[in-house]
Amino acid sequence: MAVGVSAISTEATHEPAVWGLVGNTPLVPLVSGSVPGEGRLLLKAEWANPSGSVKDRAAREILRAGLRSGALRGRRLLDASSGNTAVGYALLGAAAGIGVTVCVPSNASPERRGLLAAYGAELVETDPLEGSDGAIRRARELAERWPERYWYADQYSHAANPRAHYLTTGPEIWQATSGAVTHLVAGVGTSGTLIGTGRYLKERRRDIYTIAVEPDGPFHGLEGLKHMETAIVPPVYDAALIDATVHVSTEDAEVRVRELAREEGLYAGWSTGAAVSAARRLLASGARGPRGEEPVVVVIGPDGGQRYLSEVGRLLRDPAH
Amino acid sequence: MSTSVTILIPSALRPSVAGLVEVSVEAKTVGEALGVLTSTHQRVKGHLYGEDGRLRSFVNIYLNDRDIRELEREATPLAAGDEIAIVPSMAGG
Repeated sequence: MAVGVSAISTEATHEPAVWGLVGNTPLVPLVSGSVPGEGRLLLKAEWANPSGSVKDRAAREILRAGLRSGALRGRRLLDASSGNTAVGYALLGAAAGIGVTVCVPSNASPERRGLLAAYGAELVETDPLEGSDGAIRRARELAERWPERYWYADQYSHAANPRAHYLTTGPEIWQATSGAVTHLVAGVGTSGTLIGTGRYLKERRRDIYTIAVEPDGPFHGLEGLKHMETAIVPPVYDAALIDATVHVSTEDAEVRVRELAREEGLYAGWSTGAAVSAARRLLASGARGPRGEEPVVVVIGPDGGQRYLSEVGRLLRDPAH
Repeated sequence: MSTSVTILIPSALRPSVAGLVEVSVEAKTVGEALGVLTSTHQRVKGHLYGEDGRLRSFVNIYLNDRDIRELEREATPLAAGDEIAIVPSMAGG
C-alpha cells in the first residue's frame, strides 16, 4: 500500500520512485520490561529509510531545493558529511542523475565508504584528525575553487534540512501518536532533526518537551552527534526550541545498543543508543507530561547497527576487536 | 631502548594538551608513549582510558596508519620516527 501511494505522489512531482520511499518510518514501542518508571517509550526507526538513515529526509529536501532554484543545473551537489548524509545524497542523486561529491573524513566506516562507491558518488577524503570541521573546510575550498562545477549545499546551514523534518518527521509522529506525544528526544549533529520536528510538534501543541542529546565531551564515539559547547554550532541550531539537553557517555550508549539488540531485536547505531539512554533517564526520574499526564516519549533512532558492524567489538568488548 | 616518536592529536583533544597538534615523547611501546602523554597532559587520560584502566572502546590508535589492534596493541614496539595517531569518531551529520 505504501509503495502504491509513493508511486502516485512521485508521478505527480516527476521525482524518482525511490525518493518517494523516504520517510513514513515505523514508530516501535519498546517493551515494558526495558522501560523504567511510568510511561511509553516509542522509537522512530529511521534506519527504515532507503539509504538506511534519517539523513535521507534532509538529503531529499536539499536536493529538491537545489533543483527548484536551478543551483544544480550543470553542477554537482557538494557537501561535507560524517557519512550518513553523504550516503543519502549518493543514493538519491544516483536515482535522479545528479552528480554527488562528498567530503568525508578518511576514518569513515568501511560500510559507508562501500555504500558511497556502490552508488557512484565521488568521495573526497579529509584528514581524520581534523574531524567533521576539516571536511567542512575542504568542501568550502572546493566550492570556491570550482564554482561552475559544484553547488555547495551545506547541510549545517541549509533551511531545507530542518524543513524536511518539519514537513515529514513531525507530522508522522503527531499522527502515529494521535497527538499524545509529550516528549521528543533526539541527538544533535546538524540539529536539523530536533529543530524541524520540534518546531512542527510545538506548533501542534505548544507545551511538548523537546530534549537534545549530546555526547558528554568533545572526544566521543557517538558518530553523527556533536558536543555543542566545544564545536562549531550549526546555523540551523535554534536554542529557543530546545527545552533541555542531556549529555550521554559513549559507554552508556553502548550499553543501550547492546540491550536493544538482545532484548528488543533492534540492532541500532550508537546515536540511537545515546538517545534511548537519555529517554530512559528521563522516565526513571519520574518525568511526567506537561500537564502531569503519563509521558509518551518519542525517541529518534538515526541509523541501524549494520552500518557499524566493523566496530561490533565495541559491543562485545572482545579483545580481538 | 626508548626512542623518540610523535603522537598526533585530534582537534577534539587539542584543548586538553594546550592546543598542541602533535606531542613528541620517548617510549619503547605504544602503551608507554600514551602513558607519557597522559602523565604530562593529565586531562587527556579520562578521554582515552576508562575507569578500568583500559583504552575506551571507541578510541582508535594508529601506528604509522595501521590500527594497533592489528599489531600488538599497546605492547606494539616503536621505532625512531614512528607516528602514533589518536583517531576519534566523527561528529556532525
